[in-house]
Amino acid sequence: MGVRFPSMLKDAALTAFVAAALGIFIVGFRTVDVGSRTGLSFDYQFADLAVAIVTIFVGRLGLSLTAAGLRWPVVALGVAMIGVGASQLKLPSGFLHWFVALGGVMLVIRGIWPWARGTMTAAAGTPTGLALGQAGTKWFGWLLLVAAVLLPFTPAADQKTMDLAVLILTYVMLGWGLNIVVGLAGLLDLGYVAFYAVGAYSYALLSTQHGLGFWTVLPLAGMMAALFGIVLGFPVLRLRGDYLAIVTLGFGEIIRLVLLNWVDFTNGPAGIGSIPGPTLFGAVFSETPPAGKQTVSEMLGITFDGNHRLIFLYYIILMLALITNLFTQRMRRLPVGRAWEALREDETACRALGINPTNTKLTAFAIGAMFAGFAGSFFAAKQRFISPESFAFIESAIILAIVVLGGMGSQIGVVLAAVLLIGLPEWFRDLGNYRMLAFGLAMVLIMVFRPRGLIADRQPSVRLHPAGSGGGP
Amino acid sequence: MAYFSQQLINAITLGAIYGLIAIGYTMVYGIIGMINFAHGEVFMIGAFISLIGFMICSFLGIGSAPVAILLVLLMAMAFSAVYGWAVERAAYRPLRGSFRLAPLISAIGVSIALQNYVQLVQGARPKPGGQIVSGGFNLFSADGFDVRVSWLQIIIVVVTVVLMAGFTWLIARTSLGRQQRACEQDMKMAALLGVNVDRTISLTFVLGAALAAVAGMLFLMYYGVIDFYIGFLAGIKAFTAAVLGGIGSLPGAMLGGLMIGLIEVFWAGYFSSEYKDVAVFAILVLVLIFRPTGLLGKPEIEKV
Repeated sequence: MGVRFPSMLKDAALTAFVAAALGIFIVGFRTVDVGSRTGLSFDYQFADLAVAIVTIFVGRLGLSLTAAGLRWPVVALGVAMIGVGASQLKLPSGFLHWFVALGGVMLVIRGIWPWARGTMTAAAGTPTGLALGQAGTKWFGWLLLVAAVLLPFTPAADQKTMDLAVLILTYVMLGWGLNIVVGLAGLLDLGYVAFYAVGAYSYALLSTQHGLGFWTVLPLAGMMAALFGIVLGFPVLRLRGDYLAIVTLGFGEIIRLVLLNWVDFTNGPAGIGSIPGPTLFGAVFSETPPAGKQTVSEMLGITFDGNHRLIFLYYIILMLALITNLFTQRMRRLPVGRAWEALREDETACRALGINPTNTKLTAFAIGAMFAGFAGSFFAAKQRFISPESFAFIESAIILAIVVLGGMGSQIGVVLAAVLLIGLPEWFRDLGNYRMLAFGLAMVLIMVFRPRGLIADRQPSVRLHPAGSGGGP
Repeated sequence: MAYFSQQLINAITLGAIYGLIAIGYTMVYGIIGMINFAHGEVFMIGAFISLIGFMICSFLGIGSAPVAILLVLLMAMAFSAVYGWAVERAAYRPLRGSFRLAPLISAIGVSIALQNYVQLVQGARPKPGGQIVSGGFNLFSADGFDVRVSWLQIIIVVVTVVLMAGFTWLIARTSLGRQQRACEQDMKMAALLGVNVDRTISLTFVLGAALAAVAGMLFLMYYGVIDFYIGFLAGIKAFTAAVLGGIGSLPGAMLGGLMIGLIEVFWAGYFSSEYKDVAVFAILVLVLIFRPTGLLGKPEIEKV
């Protein structure tokens, strides 16, 4: 096999050159405040830039080498890069260690990928593999569910874990809710967080100003959000995909700006505090009971533990998420659910067959909004403080990323994606700002390499003809 | 009357900046039918490169403002263009022919990544740009209110008009413009007739990015402060401008930019400045509902 080194070197040099052009000013000259009237001065970062460019050069060269069939040298190169990244070598900044090491990891993965994929396909083809695969798809969800129910009783359930679990489940629920809109009905909604905000503010305002409890407000918040979904959705749902995306983004921002600026009603940027938490049959979770109330530990005759509240919250969100899932699964089998999927595949054909596209989309939009409303009021009850800051565009983008990464329309995919996108970054909290950078890059990479998501499930729920007999995208 | 004139002058200046960004949206949409979600970030990066450029100029001792502006302009255009090219190469080209929403989602990813990248390497604090051009003159006085036009505002409008004229010429007369229009109409046919489609699309992104960089420089000079987050809002407003004018149409983008500038400035001037962004978003929603083709756009016929 002819390996044409000169052209590869040229290609890698070109890539490095582009990287240099991208980085020279933005990375090379870091502007820093000097605190005097002159304003800014430079902090030169050329050493960082040089290391990054060399890494990119080597990485690109490695990729071309793999493409030319030289796999094992590339794996060795990748391992060497990981070694450099992990070593005590004095690189100009800590981030560069990560950068070099991650480049190495990428090369290793790229190097062993064809081999790994071949092995996996072969393994899945054997009778045991086939049986395992079928059992996996059938039982994986149930296994996860059992694990989720039992989690608070395991020794791993300290406060950090439970906090994280509640957070992940909130995003799972939001992902499942948005999945109805994006995955099933095929409507790209970039303002989903608006309905989340409506739910959260409904509960916050009704509980702090009118003294209503969590369980009373929960359905109200869902209805309120659904109402918003209908009112906002009705005029815009006849728009095509990307226009709809931008309009929903606009709505999301409008709602956030109103929450921010309507100070009399929402208390503006200062937010709403001391929101009561959810109660268990009227009993509150606290060490000392407020006037006229009973604490849970008194009611059940157990000693007080701060974790009880978290565990209770955990079960609430688990239940809410499961309701969302169950509801979606049932809806998919109803005529309206089938109409959603049909609409996603071909709107013109649906119209010809007598499906009213606006009404069908509106139901998806409203139901999705309703679940966001539930999740929002749960969020307010959990945080006990909300402000417009929690409902910025980036939240919508994260929820959308979960749905897309999971494979639009796949329920179990959403769970996996939420664990990956929310769990991992929270666990590696010390990565700090890098995690959003990685998040954005991950979105791009997933779209490029697996545009159908982790679990590609765009098969219609029902088919006239069995799969493989023609038709379909 | 004097207050009105002053607001009008401010609005035109702002509208010129939005118009320059809107051209990038409109061209990309025209050629590949997709919203370049990362365009706002390219504008932000253009502003940062300009800031760094002005600082380098002052360190090198280039005292003359016109020379500095020209140098920085070229520098920002050239280096932001690389970003435009990279965005296309990374987030759009691999996804051409994928399902319709895929490039939009990857572009959102690029947008998040670029924002955080600039925040990381340049810091999250707002950066003061200093005053490069100061002064101006009184146009007229009425009711004890001076209507002022600053030199900066004149520079902004002149730069915008020159670039617009150059651009219209580029699209109408040069072979690049012809290739772009050919790709816009039918990409496959254009490819069959020997137009290098990949190159043409890349160049569209590059040109859009260069104009966004100019807008970034003007924004920096006009407001004097930038941060890593300016791209989001400016991007949406410019997109609104592009839609308002009729997406796919160059004069439409300019007209739309002007109108968004007018709406924003007059809303802030006569009603409340808190809700000026709400007004712009409301316009976006209303236009898309009632006239999705915009003011100067051609109706789109959906083919099955």
